[in-house]
Amino acid sequence: MEDCGLTWPEIQFAFGGSAAAGDADAMLPRLGLTGAQFINVANGCATGGSALLSGYWAIQSGEFDLGMVVGFDKHPRGAFNALPGELGLPDWYGETGMMLTTQFFAMKIRRYMQAFDISEKTLALVAEKAFANGARTDHAWRREPVDAETIAASRMINDPLTKFMFCSPAEGGVALVIASEKRARQMGRANVKILGAAMRTRPEGSFEVFAPSLSTTRGVAPTVLASQAAFEMAGVGPEDIDVAQLQDTESGAEIMHMAENGFCKDGDQERMIRDGQTRLDGTLPINTDGGCLACGEPIGASGLRQIYENVVQLRGIAEDRQVANVRLAYSQVYGAPGLSAVCILGR
Amino acid sequence: MARVFDSVLDESGKSPRLIGGRSRTSGAIVFPLPEGSEADLFDRILLRPDGKLWSFTIQRFPPKHPPYLGVTDPARFSPFAVGYVELENEVIVESRLLIDDFAELHIGMPMTLTTTTIETEEGARSIRTFAFEPV
Repeated sequence: MEDCGLTWPEIQFAFGGSAAAGDADAMLPRLGLTGAQFINVANGCATGGSALLSGYWAIQSGEFDLGMVVGFDKHPRGAFNALPGELGLPDWYGETGMMLTTQFFAMKIRRYMQAFDISEKTLALVAEKAFANGARTDHAWRREPVDAETIAASRMINDPLTKFMFCSPAEGGVALVIASEKRARQMGRANVKILGAAMRTRPEGSFEVFAPSLSTTRGVAPTVLASQAAFEMAGVGPEDIDVAQLQDTESGAEIMHMAENGFCKDGDQERMIRDGQTRLDGTLPINTDGGCLACGEPIGASGLRQIYENVVQLRGIAEDRQVANVRLAYSQVYGAPGLSAVCILGR
Repeated sequence: MARVFDSVLDESGKSPRLIGGRSRTSGAIVFPLPEGSEADLFDRILLRPDGKLWSFTIQRFPPKHPPYLGVTDPARFSPFAVGYVELENEVIVESRLLIDDFAELHIGMPMTLTTTTIETEEGARSIRTFAFEPV
């Protein structure tokens, strides 16, 4: 609010999400009981992206012209712990030790690595880059660089992914103010625009987390659908993007999301990452603030952290991690049980 | 006395079989067989017991309880393998994998259905469930 020169009574609506830290609207007594519309959003790890999309459409509807999207979380130490009944699954699935997000990530990248010749070294290089960027980011949680050898040799969590290749749930919060173009101009803040925004759920045959079985007829991921819709809406293509924040719950996710979002062909990641193309000084810097690997994964906040980082890059105030001449910035967040939200910002 | 998940496993024949469902509208095969009102949309079928490993990982840390009923004490926990096994023209099933040497696991490996007992914390009943092992 201070950044925008606003006070809470001026905010007409809010969408907010938190998975493990209570309802987001529990903030209201602290913010002020102004009577503003406040809707809680819950969409797994894509909660932040979903809150932003809800706010975007609220303004597009013409009903409002100034609102807030907010997300925060604080998770217990260790892996996320989902209960089968909450996702419509039988109890035995969790009781026998198969209901873990980490297993899914490991099995998805295992199959992908074999199909498209991605090496284990590339998994380590993704994490090395994340911690290098995190060391330059004041909102990051892990701010020490870690070299690829140490990452590869750290404790195995779910093969082929080691401890340093996984994000940690952690804690954090993000709040963004969004406005109609007209209102933003009046405020003198119409410098960053939402050019494309889309959320899609899993189509038939996609490989998703918490699946006791999969169809033998394979399909595409929800990220592919969300990405295509957002690019179409923005009227731009992957080749036009200057920086991208891609969901990196672990090293493998960033690699697969590069292709699912249209930034490369399956398998090209091996060469792109080895050549440093996704580093801050590369042709397509990815996760410029270190992503979930360096910033943690507070579910309600993560998708909005990506937007925050893109706004900072577009404004040119990212200091040590600033990418030169950012005009178009892309973000994608994935969540259980199989949904993806994409946002394209431009200045 | 072990607890058995009899809603997923049919042990009436010589060897165990998984219980799946065939959609009455599309013919698609699912696992497990849906319960409740959704069950009306599927015919109960026994899935083929043999398949090929589709992907896999090793669970190196103890899952949390709840929901996990196995050993959660890190000092007593033993890593276990899990994976997806493709049952040709039917469905790809997620399962525990039984194998002495994890390094032998590879995509495409022929696997067959068996059962396994999961050790629980002391004093609790052990649980028996389905698993796949190399042919």
